[in-house]
This record gives sequence, C-alpha cells and structure tokens, in this order.
Amino acid sequence: MLETDFITDSGSARLIDLMPIDDGGRSLRPMREVLRAIEGMAGTVEIELRLDVRPDYARRNLRPRRRGRLGWTCLWGDEVLVVHTDIALQREGDALVGTVTLGAGERRYLSLAYTKGDPAVLPPLGRHAEERIADTIAWWRDWTGRCQYTGPYRDEVVRSAVTLKLLTYTLSGAIVAAPTTSLPEAIGKGRNWDYRYCWLRDAGLTTEALLATGYREEALSFLGWMLHATRLSWPELQVMYDVFGRTRLDEKELTHLAGYAASRPVRIGNDAYRQRQLDIYGEVVTAACAALAGNGRLDRESAHMLTGLGDVVCRQWYESDCSIWEVRGPLRHYTFSKVMCWAALDGLLKLHDDGALVLPTAKVELFGRERAAIEQAIEQRGFNAALGSYTSVLDGDKVDASLLLMACIGYKDAGDPRMRSTYDLIHQRLGRDGLLNRYERFDGIAGVEGAFGICGFWAIDNLAKRGDLDAAERRFRHMLSFANDLGLYAEEIDIASGAALGNFPQAFTHVGLINAAVAIERARA
Amino acid sequence: MNLAYAVLWGLLATVAMTMVLRASQGFGWSRLSIPLLVGTFVTGQRDRAVVWGYLLYAIGGWLFAFVYFLLFDSVGIHTWWFGALAGLVHGVFLLVSVLPLLPFIHPRMASEYHGVTAERQLEPPGFMAVNYGYGTPLTTLAAQTVYGAVLGAFAQLAN
Repeated sequence: MLETDFITDSGSARLIDLMPIDDGGRSLRPMREVLRAIEGMAGTVEIELRLDVRPDYARRNLRPRRRGRLGWTCLWGDEVLVVHTDIALQREGDALVGTVTLGAGERRYLSLAYTKGDPAVLPPLGRHAEERIADTIAWWRDWTGRCQYTGPYRDEVVRSAVTLKLLTYTLSGAIVAAPTTSLPEAIGKGRNWDYRYCWLRDAGLTTEALLATGYREEALSFLGWMLHATRLSWPELQVMYDVFGRTRLDEKELTHLAGYAASRPVRIGNDAYRQRQLDIYGEVVTAACAALAGNGRLDRESAHMLTGLGDVVCRQWYESDCSIWEVRGPLRHYTFSKVMCWAALDGLLKLHDDGALVLPTAKVELFGRERAAIEQAIEQRGFNAALGSYTSVLDGDKVDASLLLMACIGYKDAGDPRMRSTYDLIHQRLGRDGLLNRYERFDGIAGVEGAFGICGFWAIDNLAKRGDLDAAERRFRHMLSFANDLGLYAEEIDIASGAALGNFPQAFTHVGLINAAVAIERARA
Repeated sequence: MNLAYAVLWGLLATVAMTMVLRASQGFGWSRLSIPLLVGTFVTGQRDRAVVWGYLLYAIGGWLFAFVYFLLFDSVGIHTWWFGALAGLVHGVFLLVSVLPLLPFIHPRMASEYHGVTAERQLEPPGFMAVNYGYGTPLTTLAAQTVYGAVLGAFAQLAN
C-alpha cells in the first residue's frame, strides 16, 4: 500500500493506492484490481482525475463505454478494464476526466479491475472498498510479521522482502527481475532493456534471501517454477524465461514511443535469452541445495533433472560464454562462469553426501574429477599472480565485480589472501564514492552506465564474512542512503547524482540488500 | 429411438458445445463462461462456482437434448442440418432473450440499473452478450449450432 499526502494552499489530502489481496477464489473479488482511496485531511482540496487507457503499449486507442451504474468499461480483444468510481466522470476525447472538491474527512474511491478471458467482476465501493483495504493491510501485516530477520536493519530487509513478493507472479511463483521495461541505464542512450522476465542468474541468491528471511514457501514456489519452466529446454538451460515459462522472448523496438527522458529505443522482449551463460547451472543447483537442505531425499524427477544439469556442466564448463553480465560481444572464458560450474558440481556432490540425491558411483567420480579440474583452471588461469587478483576472464588482466561472489557462494573464504587482494583490486579499479561499477571493460554499447547496486552489497557480504564488521556496517548504511523515499532501488545508481538508473524496482538489488544484512547479522552472532 | 443411445448422444453434443465455448475463450474470441455464470447461481466462491457450473451445465445440456429429439419427432425431420438450424435458432434466442434477462434473475449479477452490491458483482452480458467481447454472438451461435447438428446427426442415424 502506498500513502501519498498532497498539501496545497487550500488544504491537504491523502491518496491510498493498493492492489487488494486476492482471496484465492473464495469470493468473486476481481483477481486483478488497483484500488485508490482519496481522503480530504484538512481544508478543501480540488482533485482532478484523468484516465487515458492505452493498451498494447499505446498502439491501441480505446473509447471507454458508459455502463450506467456499473461505471465505464474499456474493452479490447478478450480483455476488459472496468472503471468504477464515486467521482462523476465524463469523456474527453478517448480519456475519462472528473473533478471533485474534498473537505476534511470526505473520501472517494476509484477501482480499476482488469479481467482477461472471463466475465468481469465489478467490485463495490464505499464500505466494501474499506473492507478490501483492511483485508489487504491485515494480510501484509501477517506476511511481514513472519520475517525472521531480527537485526538492526529489519525495516530495510522487510521492505526488500515485500518488493520480492510484489515481483512474484502468484500463479507460478516466478520472480521477475523488474516490473518495467526500458527505464534507461544511461539517460538518452541505448542502454534500455526489458526486465519483465525471470533470470536463472538470480536464482541461487534469491532463494538464499527468501530462506534467510523465513519465506520458505516463496522459496520453494520459486524453485518449483524454475524446475518446471526449465523442462522445456532441459538439460540445457536458457538464460531467462517469462513468468509462464515461455522460451521465445524476441526483442522488438517500439519506435512510436519516445522513452523515459527521451531515451530510445523502448524495447519489449530481450534477446539475451539467446545467449549462453554457463553460470546459470550453478545458480539453479545452488538454489535447489539451499531450498532442499535438510529436507530428505529429492523426488525422482527433480533428482533426474539436477543430475542432468551436472552432466551438461561436465561437457561444457571449458567452453566460452557471455557471462553473468550478458556481454553482447565475442564469447570469452569468464572466470565467474567457471566458478558457478564448480558450484553446480559441488552442490550436487553435497546433495549426494547428504543423502538427498543418490548418484551412481561413476557419476560421483565424474563430478568430483570435473570439479577438481575446474578449480585447477580457476586457480591457475583465473588468478593473475602479477596483479594478485582473480581476473574477469581466464589469463586476463581485468577484474569485474562478479568475482566478489566467489566468497558469497562459498567457493573461497572471504578472508583468504587471494579474495582479500581481489577485493582490493576491484575497489581500486571499479569503486567510486563507496559504489562499484560492475566491470571495467567497454561493452560496445553507447553511454556510460551507473554503479551496480547489487555489487555494492556483494562487497558488504565479503566484508562481513571476513569479519570486518565495522566496515561492513558503515558501507551498508552508505548503500541505504541511495534508496528512494520508499526504500526502493533500481539496478544501477548514478555515481554523480545518486539517482536511480535502469529498471525499477530491481529484484536483484533487493536480494543483495537482504543477503548483506543477513551476512552482517550472522557475523555479529 | 434407443434411450441409452439418446443419453449418450446428448452427452456427446454437450461435450462438443462445451469444447467450442472453451476454445472460444482460450483463443480470446469471447469472455463468455457459461459454467461460471451457471455456477455462481449456486455459490459465490469462484473456484467452486466453476466446478458447479460445469456440472450443472453438462446436466442441463444433456436433458435439453430430449427437447431437441421431441422437436425432430414432432416435425418429422431427422437430419443433421435441421438439428443445426434448431441449434442456431436456440442460440439466437439465448443471445437476444435469455442472457440479457440474467441480471434480473441471477443472484450475483450486477445490472446497469441497480448497480453493484456486495452480492451482485458479476458483469452482465448485455444484448447479444457483447459485453463479453464482440465475438461472443458468433461463438455462441457456433456452439449452439454444433450442439444441434450433433443431435440431428444422431437422429438421422437412428432413423
């Protein structure tokens, strides 16, 4: 729920926005509704209401139909948007407009109910709207009350957990990276992408964040979606899927839209789905390990599926890829991709050791042998002795922030001399004003991107895990200063202004916040 | 006419009609869901309403088949095309008379005259059920025509 206070010369008013919680089919409430309540707080305030429905990315013009006491409907295809309000509306072109003057204590409601494929449900207003507001508040209070993080940053952690919940597609358990497309990572440039998809890259850390905060049901639901969605491409994995598990996500440019702050192009779809990223095998296995730890044996189908991923890793780990950063250029041997291949095999072997997954002896030997080979490659070719640091690619001399994750996922102890020196070089080359860029390489796309929010949290995780608690907390508070007034983060932060850049809010950044806060708390314990 | 076979074909015709209506929803041609409309007569719980609706709708379609058989016998025409024609007329009747009347008899359907209440929240179908999408008249007629044609075909075979 969002409360916004408007203060004018003549008085003040409060606007409440919410999406009422669906009760799971126990009533006829609409499954998708945006409900707004506006209340005069003091004096009088004139409120103007304007609604201009432009579906299909504004490629359709709709003329709302007046439906008597049922309000207004906008109908296209098998979709309908019902506008129901106690404010008198009239048509102005294709828009609906209305004006009302509210005195102190007066309340008005606006309901937008969307239905696809079924007869619409028309939610009543007045006290019934109040009931939906009260039910929604009670539901969220109950949900946030179950957060098991009890440290000093509880408000921020709960805010992040709520954000992850809001980015979850309830019907499948999928979590989208962000609910927006093409909010620019560099104003006026071409770094505008569609993030309304589910990246397997985020899986391990997201599951860890949900479990650490006590949201096991959500974690299992996410894992269930992941194991289900990936069946279409199994044993190979695709970088990303949509919330329904669809695999074709072709990128298109919407040339009729100017974009945010004139940042063209506006894109829908994301061609990153065609990329090869070897790290995702480790992400999926890590997520499964975290979610299933201590819960007995895997069911036969999940076991078969995860073992298949291990086989793919054994066949492909020494090949090149696009990396966690989805670099749109020649494929390279990224060190972090190898690390996650190691994590995949390590996770499977741990599941085997715990009795959750029964692997044939030959498979155990194969996975063990390949895990050792990967580790050897990382330590011999992924570490540059002259620099005293792990490097972005094998035999390379540049660094990227994903190397910090080597400590977060347990490949290397954060206090290990190699990790410490890597941490230092990353900060020397990528750090600025307490923030971190993700890499130092030019990626061939115009515009300079901002600092990556989650990379800053990975650094905090490293500090906490190696026992530098004061530094971790100082840095954590610094990162908190870049949240907006609602505690939300985009993917990136403009280093000069501190403004949010990129799609918003970004699940991965909030996952980073939760994991860093938990790491600090665990280090303190 | 063999009663057991009539029961079987009544069921087959209902299944065929339901498939056409569900396909229309699935392909996005219409939002008309007769099972939901029928089920919400019985319960205000959406998940149960759909189950009840399918059950009652199937029973209704099954029983209504005997009205068609009676019609075929009364006029002495036992052909698939006459069944289809009867289904078409039946569909027109539903669209112009029965569905627009629903808000007055359905306990959970809102109306443009009385507005929305805590009990009455379902969107009314309107004339020719176009509130559920402009393709609804055609898909409803197609479903009813298929229903009648299947029954007519059976009558043709049985005679």
